Amino acid sequence: MQRFRPFDHLILLLGAAFLVTPVVMAFMSSTHAATEIHMNGLFLSPGGEGMATYEKVLTQKGGFTGTVTGARMVMNSTILGLGFALGKVVVSMLAAYGLVYFRFRFATPIFWMIFTTLLLPLEVRIMPSYQVMSQLHALNTYWGLIIPLLASATGTFYFRQFFKSVPDELLEAARIDGAGPVRFFLGVLVPLSRPMMAAIFIIMFVYGWNQYLWPMLMTTDERFFTLMRGIKTILQVWIGSQIPDYNEAFALAVLAMLPPLGVVLAFQRLFIKGLTESDK
Amino acid sequence: MAEILLEHVGKTYPGGTQAVSDVSLSVADGEFIVLVGPSGCGKSTLLRMVAGLEDISAGTVTIGGRVVNRLEPAERDIAMVFQNYALYPHMTVRENMSWGLKNRRIPKDEIAARVEEAARMLELHPYLDRKPRALSGGQRQRVAMGRAIVRQPAAFLFDEPLSNLDAKLRVTMRGEILKLQKRLGTTALYVTHDQLEAMTLADRLVVLNGGQIEQVGRPLEVYHRPASTFVAAFIGAPAMNLLDARIEAGHLRLAGVDLGRVEGEARAVTLGIRAEDLQLLQSGGLPFRIDVIEELGAGRVVHGFVEDQPLCVSLPSGAELPAQLHLGVAPEALHLFDAITGKRLPQSVHRSAKVRA
Ligand SMILES: Nc1ncnc2c1ncn2[C@@H]1O[C@H](COP(=O)(O)OP(=O)(O)OP(=O)(O)O)[C@@H](O)[C@H]1O
Ligand SMILES: [Mg+2]
Repeated sequence: MQRFRPFDHLILLLGAAFLVTPVVMAFMSSTHAATEIHMNGLFLSPGGEGMATYEKVLTQKGGFTGTVTGARMVMNSTILGLGFALGKVVVSMLAAYGLVYFRFRFATPIFWMIFTTLLLPLEVRIMPSYQVMSQLHALNTYWGLIIPLLASATGTFYFRQFFKSVPDELLEAARIDGAGPVRFFLGVLVPLSRPMMAAIFIIMFVYGWNQYLWPMLMTTDERFFTLMRGIKTILQVWIGSQIPDYNEAFALAVLAMLPPLGVVLAFQRLFIKGLTESDK
Repeated sequence: MAEILLEHVGKTYPGGTQAVSDVSLSVADGEFIVLVGPSGCGKSTLLRMVAGLEDISAGTVTIGGRVVNRLEPAERDIAMVFQNYALYPHMTVRENMSWGLKNRRIPKDEIAARVEEAARMLELHPYLDRKPRALSGGQRQRVAMGRAIVRQPAAFLFDEPLSNLDAKLRVTMRGEILKLQKRLGTTALYVTHDQLEAMTLADRLVVLNGGQIEQVGRPLEVYHRPASTFVAAFIGAPAMNLLDARIEAGHLRLAGVDLGRVEGEARAVTLGIRAEDLQLLQSGGLPFRIDVIEELGAGRVVHGFVEDQPLCVSLPSGAELPAQLHLGVAPEALHLFDAITGKRLPQSVHRSAKVRA
């Protein structure tokens, strides 16, 4: 056991406070009325309006058409985040499987081509992607939102490195055990990759959840608006009162934080378990 | 159960490495064959060609009367035990053993019965529901054996299955493997670079050198009549002494000492003498200068020189030794090899006519 070191704890406490305070502040402020926030600035103490604000944010129909609620936006964001994360895990695993386990010409150049696209941000190809999807009449659909972003150089790269670290003897044992390519993939590689899948899933879920520019381009129909857009619009058009509804913006921001937090918490267990237990 | 036939089998790796060339071997049903040789001599390559894990560049491999050159490993009816066990880490011991059977669509109760039987034979019952990481090296090795047994294959292939175990466990497992193989009567091909393992396990030894067969034979046959200096130096511990000697006027001479009668004209030969075939003499014989003594407990190995050629002798432990010894050796225990090719010479050495005192 290590000695109790006050200084270390002090640093940890300061670090934690530094990171957590803004979040607490956002949450506390969201429980106050908008006018209060406007007059007094942010709060670190709870106010009395919490329930009302959250209920309003989740259920009140807003937007130009008056059809989109907070709950609807949460659902849209969740669909986008989950679709992204699941899709990216599946696609990049299959790509990496092909690259590592099948001998085909130009496998290495293909890999490096994929790898270099890591260097390009999404924004570079966002217009061509938009063009393609609009010609496919996929604007304002969930699949149009998700599919163009599924290919993941990062995911492919990580899975490739992971597969390369799996000993060849496992493949050979599986071949002798009568497993074809599909059964080896599903029966051996996928279970072995669980920690890796969890890690990629977490990263990609948060990435998808936080997308702003892409959904803004792809969706004009308010029924497909995501939370990120909601927070932005709230300060401009959310019911036409004079004072922006700060409390509602904060409430949405807090809501926007919960699902990624849930995903991280849920997968962290598996992630850490996988890391500590894994031996190949 | 089946015989295995290798005919002029060769392997050239992409890049041009000739790992195995022109290997022909016929393995009888139920026979335990050990492939032995130094590192890099192509043992694994040969075994993996039989398994179907490497393409065969030349020749044919026949298992149980079927040419298997073009068959997938799973279709060859063999089971393989790997050096690092290659157990599936995410499966329990039971699942590890049954997965291959499931893939073959063998009925559930049949699988259960076979796993049960293998677990009983290998005393794996307490571990059936554990994952491999919760097992010791020896237990993992047994699981790997179990995975091979449940398949009830025509042949077992082993690639240095014991080399990750400690010395003591290796001896135990060696015994278990042999017992199992005899009991099941399954043909076995076993690769090792450990000559002791090879000697104790094999019905027949195959000594490989540089991708070619150097000698095939029963362990004692190989030990007593090594076909070349390579085999002589490889099989047996300590390694056989190889000395430069001469045949002169019908006698074999080493360091000016007459070691016996031998036919043939005058020539240089390589003389092989096993360390344990040398005895101490009171006088005469080969003059031997001691350099280092290795005490082994039960006996000792004495390293030294005859003239300036190194030689080692196995002697019983005990008395202090003088710096200078006199060594004798029975002529029948001498091995003659061609000085250039290293191949065994057909002549044998006989006692000289004059009777030694
Ligand atoms: N995939 C490969 N590509 C090219 N050369 C190879 C390959 N595998 C093995 N070799 C070469 O073939 C030769 C025989 O290798 P092999 O693995 O059969 O030796 P081995 O007898 O099993 O040795 P060890 O006792 O060290 O396992 C070696 O010279 C090795 O370098
Ligand atoms: Mg080898």
